[in-house]
Amino acid sequence: MRTSLGLLAFIGFTLFLLAAMISLRPFGEPPHREMDDWFITHAQIEASANNVVTSIVFDYRGFDTLGEATVLFTAVSGVLMVLRRHKKEVKG
Amino acid sequence: MTTTIIKTTTKILTPLILVFGSYIILHGHLTPGGGFQGGAVFASGLALLIVANKYETIKTLFEKVPLSVFESIGALGFLGMACLGFAGYTFFKNVIANSGFPIFGGKTPVGINPGYLNTGGTLSYMNIFVGIKVLAGLTSIVLIFFLIMRRERDEW
Repeated sequence: MRTSLGLLAFIGFTLFLLAAMISLRPFGEPPHREMDDWFITHAQIEASANNVVTSIVFDYRGFDTLGEATVLFTAVSGVLMVLRRHKKEVKG
Repeated sequence: MTTTIIKTTTKILTPLILVFGSYIILHGHLTPGGGFQGGAVFASGLALLIVANKYETIKTLFEKVPLSVFESIGALGFLGMACLGFAGYTFFKNVIANSGFPIFGGKTPVGINPGYLNTGGTLSYMNIFVGIKVLAGLTSIVLIFFLIMRRERDEW
């Protein structure tokens, strides 16, 4: 019973993935390219950066980076909180 | 853990890794990389340093280094740089870019250029702050694991 259920789920998931793979767009042809062209042509003027990726990460999508920094801060404080036993020995 | 091979390798490699991490952080607006990646590289160099030295040395050395203060400086500096955009614009607006500010405020030529370090505006400051934050965070995680491991081995 469990084996047949697992086999059914496996086949279904494989078919779903295959269908998703067939319906992918060809490489290098995104459905909308207006925003990409805006980033490439305006990164040096607006953000003064040769590295367009950095201009997106820290300028256009800066709010995402703020969330990323919060995730790292949460991870560090979680590790410190879980592994702290004596106040004197463990110091972050 | 502290064999002669690891010690010698650390002596040669650690300065190179630290310089490379600082380079990636400082040139984040010109070359691939940035604050996160450079901070991770820098923290890996410090992790090598932690692994290759004695427990007492590491403990006395890192008690003088305020890693949590570095982490707070990084986070607050990042937020402060983002809040600079409130001076007439929106949150995260790059106000220093192309404005002629003496540090990181130079004009970027449009098109293909060799890449000048004195550009980038708030991007460069944010790279530095995020780099400080990431290196302090990752180093404190590695340090905690090292201290915990050694302490439990001593206790039992």
